[in-house]
Amino acid sequence: MASLADDRKRVFFTRGLTKVYVTGTVVVEALRGVDLDLYDSELVLLLGPSGSGKSTLLNILGGLDRPTAGEARFREHDLTRMDEAALTAFRREHVGFIFQFYNLIPSLTAEENVALVSDIAPHPMAPADALALVGLSERRSHFPSQLSGGEQQRVAVARAIAKRPEVLLCDEPTGALDSRTGVVVLAAIEAANRELGTTTVVITHNAAIAAMGDRILRFHDGRVAEVITNPSRRPAAELSW
Amino acid sequence: MTALNRKLLRTLWQIRGQTLAIGLVVGCGIAIFVMALGTLNSLEMARDAYYDRGRFAEVFAPLKRAPNALLPHLAAMPGVKAAESRIVGDALLDIPGVAELARAKVVSLPENRSPLLNEVTIRRGRGPQAGHPDEVVVSEAFAEAHGFQPGDPLAATINGRARRLAIVGIGLSPEYLYVIDPGSLFPDNRRFGILWMGRKALAGAYDLDGAFNDFSLTLAPGADPAVVMQETDRLLAPYGGGGAYGRRDQLSHALLSGEIDQLKVLSHMVPPAFLGIAAFLLYVTATRLIEIEREQIGLLKACGYGNGAVAAHYLTLVAAMVAIGAILGLAGGYWLGEAITDIYRRFYRFPFLSFQPQPATLVEALGCAAVTGVAAAITAVRRATGLPPAMAMQPAPPVAFHALPATLTGLLTEPGRIVLRNLLRWPLRSGLTLLGFALAVADVVASLFAYDSIERMIDLDFFNAQRQGMVITFTDIRPSNIVDDVAHLPGAKMVEPFRSVAVRVTAGPQSVRTSLTGLTPEGNLRRLVDPAMRPMAIPERGLMVSSRLAEALGVTVGEAVTVQALEGRRASRLVTVAGISEEYMGKFAYMSLPEVNRLMGEGQVINGVYLLDDPQRLPQLYGQLKRAPAVAGVALKSAGLQAFRQTMAESMGIMLTFYVGFGALIAFGVAYNSARIGLSERARDLASLRVLGFSRLEVSYIFLGEQALLMLAALPSGCLMGYVWAWAIAAGFKNDMFTIPLVVEPATYGWAVTTVLSAVTLCGLIVRRRIDRLDLVAVLKTRE
Ligand SMILES: Nc1ncnc2c1ncn2[C@@H]1O[C@H](COP(=O)(O)OP(=O)(O)O)[C@@H](O)[C@H]1O
Ligand SMILES: [Mg+2]
Repeated sequence: MASLADDRKRVFFTRGLTKVYVTGTVVVEALRGVDLDLYDSELVLLLGPSGSGKSTLLNILGGLDRPTAGEARFREHDLTRMDEAALTAFRREHVGFIFQFYNLIPSLTAEENVALVSDIAPHPMAPADALALVGLSERRSHFPSQLSGGEQQRVAVARAIAKRPEVLLCDEPTGALDSRTGVVVLAAIEAANRELGTTTVVITHNAAIAAMGDRILRFHDGRVAEVITNPSRRPAAELSW
Repeated sequence: MTALNRKLLRTLWQIRGQTLAIGLVVGCGIAIFVMALGTLNSLEMARDAYYDRGRFAEVFAPLKRAPNALLPHLAAMPGVKAAESRIVGDALLDIPGVAELARAKVVSLPENRSPLLNEVTIRRGRGPQAGHPDEVVVSEAFAEAHGFQPGDPLAATINGRARRLAIVGIGLSPEYLYVIDPGSLFPDNRRFGILWMGRKALAGAYDLDGAFNDFSLTLAPGADPAVVMQETDRLLAPYGGGGAYGRRDQLSHALLSGEIDQLKVLSHMVPPAFLGIAAFLLYVTATRLIEIEREQIGLLKACGYGNGAVAAHYLTLVAAMVAIGAILGLAGGYWLGEAITDIYRRFYRFPFLSFQPQPATLVEALGCAAVTGVAAAITAVRRATGLPPAMAMQPAPPVAFHALPATLTGLLTEPGRIVLRNLLRWPLRSGLTLLGFALAVADVVASLFAYDSIERMIDLDFFNAQRQGMVITFTDIRPSNIVDDVAHLPGAKMVEPFRSVAVRVTAGPQSVRTSLTGLTPEGNLRRLVDPAMRPMAIPERGLMVSSRLAEALGVTVGEAVTVQALEGRRASRLVTVAGISEEYMGKFAYMSLPEVNRLMGEGQVINGVYLLDDPQRLPQLYGQLKRAPAVAGVALKSAGLQAFRQTMAESMGIMLTFYVGFGALIAFGVAYNSARIGLSERARDLASLRVLGFSRLEVSYIFLGEQALLMLAALPSGCLMGYVWAWAIAAGFKNDMFTIPLVVEPATYGWAVTTVLSAVTLCGLIVRRRIDRLDLVAVLKTRE
């Protein structure tokens, strides 16, 4: 049983979380009862084979999707009870997302892509400052098509942290990048976690990255198969694969 | 500016070609709406205002001769508001430099006062002064056709006597908004006009001192026109009257009303169709545009943009397209409206006619466009925002391909197979594109069929029914042996007599005032023809009626109708309908000449002849006719045909060009939008094909082949739709005055197909350049 003090520091809490996708006659159980606690300022690595339900979990935590059953809370808010508008507000105010394929708007420059978020967030930082944090000040007026993959992903990181989110959810942020570029992106995420105290979840199927997390959750077949606590985080800059 | 708005502007700029294509189609819809309703409104307003200001009479009654003392009795009839008497006659005009004879209707004006009814508006110069019997006011269109100015002389033959007149003014009247020789179908301002002269001068010319031969009145509020007409007929019967008629049968009013009715039909049929097509194209484009941005929508939602904000974003995008269309449409509508009004101004002579659409029309037009756009956008946006963001960001699931039948695959090359698979993969989308092309074809068919229809009318009327060179009408009835005199005129090759009489034909409750023409039964020049244009025999006894008259009376062959003469001793007789002749315009009745003479009981007489002339000797013929006192008028067929064609070319040219342009625009819009969107959806596929070694040509073929195939499939259905559309137009345009035959010549289908083919080919060439320039590396670099 978690104590009250624990409760205050707990950001996410799930019990028996399940998600079932029904497509025609095919039924896929993506999550089969996930029990999870994520704490303030933590950097958690979510490791597991493809198709094991990592993205599904992350999407539910970020309010992009709804569970089929089970409990999911963000602090004192019950995510399963929020309506569409409340979920939108939740994402807008608290969550920063980073996706494997960057998902930048191709018709907006780097700075404008960041502004897309800072325009609507309650306490944003200036887009230029966010780009500076990921070391992209020089390329702020470039369009996504003029940036390399790594640079695009750093813009995505800047976009995610510009709202000063409480949680940063990253779905395979280095999946499309080579090792060296990937490290630069991870360093940017790590910096956000360290300097802004953002609770951060990073999905990867790359075990080499796991060393940078406070905790590593091994995912298997829609469940958390193993929780590993890592007392000595390795700086992202030292990673390679 | 927010980042989202920036995205909006950039997207708009990026798809400017599509935006413009859609905007133009929407604009056409709005333009035609503004034009049709605006012109309708302007005409109705101008007509009502002028009728009111010019005190246009409501009942008209021609008669032989009544003493002026009768007028107070007529004016005292119950239900009469104002009454006026006049002298009306015909004149032949000899205009220097004009070979053919011109004819005029001469109308008297009261001395020293303005008429109580049917006021003449003096445009230039002044009215005739008392004591100057030679002074005339000439109708404006006629004066313009001959360049007459106040001060010019005019040589005329009035009642068989040569007169030298002096033009003192140019005028207009609500009675002659549309000036047309009653004997012809179309206005010919060179050969027919109106002359207004002093009452005394005309009384002298027609031996009508202290008398009148024309009466008109306006009705008191609440008066029953039928009752007033009956009473008028009763009072005028002893004086050779009895044929009182209302505005419905007044030529200028009837033609103007017919035109207004047609405009009403046009404004209720065409703009909705155009706006509907625009909405359709907008919907198809908006849906696909938004579909392409599905992942971006997912991202926006993931970032915390609500459904409302996302929907507003795309609604604005569509609104911008519609707004461009609205601006173009309003401007285009005004331009078209002005152009059409300008044509109307030439045919309908109002003192003041300007294109004035009501504000409500503009609001309605914009409202239609806005509703169209919003409806299209909402449907499209709802699909996109309905997805949970997590799902939206995933690429759309791969679609199931259907295996093609082996027999088919065997026949096709690999690119061919790809084309076919893609078509079948998106049946709805393919169907909509096909429908778009078909609509374009149909639009052109339904527009150009008007020319076929007119050619058929010309063929039937000018070449099969009326084979004479000219129609000569006499000032009065003449003994029938006058035919021999005419036959001896220089250049007269063949002559046939006729006698026409004003009659009322009654069948049960239906009664129509028309003219009954007695024709030579074995006639070769003037014939009656059936719908297949075969000549019909004119029976010894019995009545032939034109198809419009048969319809108006609701009679068929074998039924009995009453024919009452409105002239002479006003004989009445029950006759059987012996045949119905095909005529697209006008309600006419015919009998054999002997039969008409028997009815009238005035001996063997005629009041005109059909004449086939030798064109070589036309000047001599004219010379003789100008000097013949018996001749009231000469209507030349070739001149009529020329006038007819010119009238049609002028009045339809602008509209038809516009409609055909619209058809091309639809085809281009459909092709361009679906190609551009298809290109952004499939750039990767196409680039991959290039990488795999397909040539540019093959890749273009794969991509454009799909469209070409859809277009080819759309051609037959488009032609069929066009035929149905033409049928609907013909049905809608049918009115009291005329029908338009439903004829669609192969050439019209050919033009429709060519128009659409060219538009789509042009689009294909433009798109091909884009395919050729496909940046393989850049395309393959973008995601997945
Ligand atoms: N929208 C969806 N519809 C149906 N099945 C889905 C959907 N999204 C994910 N799945 C299925 O759920 C399972 C888990 O997917 P996901 O969470 O994406 O796995 P991971 O991110 O660990 O690779 C997979 O089997 C996947 O096919
Ligand atoms: Mg995943």
